[in-house]
Amino acid sequence: MEFLAYLVSGISLGSVYAIIALGYTMVYGIAKMLNFAHGDVIMIGGYISYIAAVNLGLPTLVAVVCAMAVCTVLGVVIEGLAYRPLRSAPSLAVLITAIGVSYFLQNSALLIWGANPKSYTPVVEGTLKLFGGQLSISNVSILTVAACIVIMIGLTLFTSKTKMGKAMRACSEDKGAAQLMGINVNRTISLTFAIGSALAAIAGALLCSFSPALMPTTGSMPGIKAFTAAVFGGIGSIPGAFLGGILLGIIESLARGYISTQLSNSIVFAVLIIILLVRPAGLLGKYVPEKV
Amino acid sequence: MAKKFEKGKMVPVPSTAIIPERDIDKTPILECRHLGIDFGGLRAVDDFNLIIGRTEIAGLIGPNGAGKTTVFNLLTKVYQPTRGTILLDGFDTAGKSTEQINQMGIARTFQNIRLFNNLTVEENVKVGLHNQEPYSALTGVLRLPKYWRQEKASHERALELLSIFNMQDLANTPAGSLPYGAQRRLEIVRALATNPSLLLLDEPAAGMNPSETAELMENIVKIRDTFQIAIMLIEHDMRLVMGICEGICVLNFGRVIAKGTAEEIQANPTVIEAYLGKKKEG
Repeated sequence: MEFLAYLVSGISLGSVYAIIALGYTMVYGIAKMLNFAHGDVIMIGGYISYIAAVNLGLPTLVAVVCAMAVCTVLGVVIEGLAYRPLRSAPSLAVLITAIGVSYFLQNSALLIWGANPKSYTPVVEGTLKLFGGQLSISNVSILTVAACIVIMIGLTLFTSKTKMGKAMRACSEDKGAAQLMGINVNRTISLTFAIGSALAAIAGALLCSFSPALMPTTGSMPGIKAFTAAVFGGIGSIPGAFLGGILLGIIESLARGYISTQLSNSIVFAVLIIILLVRPAGLLGKYVPEKV
Repeated sequence: MAKKFEKGKMVPVPSTAIIPERDIDKTPILECRHLGIDFGGLRAVDDFNLIIGRTEIAGLIGPNGAGKTTVFNLLTKVYQPTRGTILLDGFDTAGKSTEQINQMGIARTFQNIRLFNNLTVEENVKVGLHNQEPYSALTGVLRLPKYWRQEKASHERALELLSIFNMQDLANTPAGSLPYGAQRRLEIVRALATNPSLLLLDEPAAGMNPSETAELMENIVKIRDTFQIAIMLIEHDMRLVMGICEGICVLNFGRVIAKGTAEEIQANPTVIEAYLGKKKEG
């Protein structure tokens, strides 16, 4: 029963990672850049939904929608101001810019909201008791897993069945050819950032429901772990991000439960290193050997 | 071909361009005036003047490195010209981006095939149809009735276009796993899907065997006749160029050295010299 409890908490934590990883992986897949500011967009999403719910007294759902709207705009603005001018720059320049944007967002949050943790009210309350009370699953966990599955299916359908999705996949393969077929590459990348950032807002609200202390650095560690999850599952692949996120959550939860709370993060990253040694492209990634 | 092109008439201003007689009283689809681009100190293309009629099949030939693909890249704004003007259907294309050029009516294929290999054949064509299916991202997410209507229409259109080359059965194959010849044909279909008025083909017959080339020649003429568009092609296969091109332009070292019909080009001493070298004096 103890194992089951760890497993459940691992899956729900993993679902949050998966939602964040989906944002990472989509942006990487299409814009071929690592958006290290993604974790901080999550934090902003958390703050916005906190303010909307607590200070403005809006219903939780409306608060989350507000956060999604703000983060979508934020994501598109970040892309337009910071990344678009560097579209043809070397990837290192973009990477450094992304780290810069990450610190900018963290310090802006520090200025606006201060360093004191805010205590976040979970988006849903209550727990579900199973096996005569031996196993209790919080409603937040159930909501998170459900949200993650819905988002994953929605994104898969969007990228495979709509014309924007096809444009995204075309851009991900060959931006030049896509442009010559009349596709507006900049708009497609903006759309990707918009979707990724809206997902980050949802992830922010769910993440803060798990660990209610909301601080300007809230997004950093989950951001890094979700990035790990995306690489773990094969970066650029939507099912890969989902699988990577869930597995990472389970590993972390089991490590925390059976080995050591302090060591759980080290174990997570050690597993990542081992997986990448065996499968350099990640679990579902395609390894493309270079043609000679 | 229904109407064999007779020796072209001269168009008064601004150049000595030759276009088929049936196109003469209409705005030419493409008009290049003094087009040029420099790469550093190198004049890759210089003083390039060309007029193409609305339903003309035009050829652009020249030795390797003459600047043929550069001309295509200038026309599609992959490179911004250093000098000169490009008029598409009478409209100046200055300041337009690559995707706007495509929307204005130029589509192209590539010397090295650039299909979207992980997308299926049908999806590749649908990427070409992107701007012909007007529905918003939100409609796509919510799957409103308009989404289903548009997707159905573009599915049918994609299959119709694929049927030009009898490729309907391959619709669900990933483009990357098609045989070479089929990939070249798919590139043409994808370009046609963007509804161009000028189709640029960069070495469409490269790597094809003689029977495939013969079939391709028929198909190029068929495409021109069906869609009533102009086609401009770069090709090294002289049988193809001389067989179907109504006007031929020869480039060497970035400059036009000759323009005319197949017979005129074949008899032109400058062209022969560019390809074969100069005869020793004496």
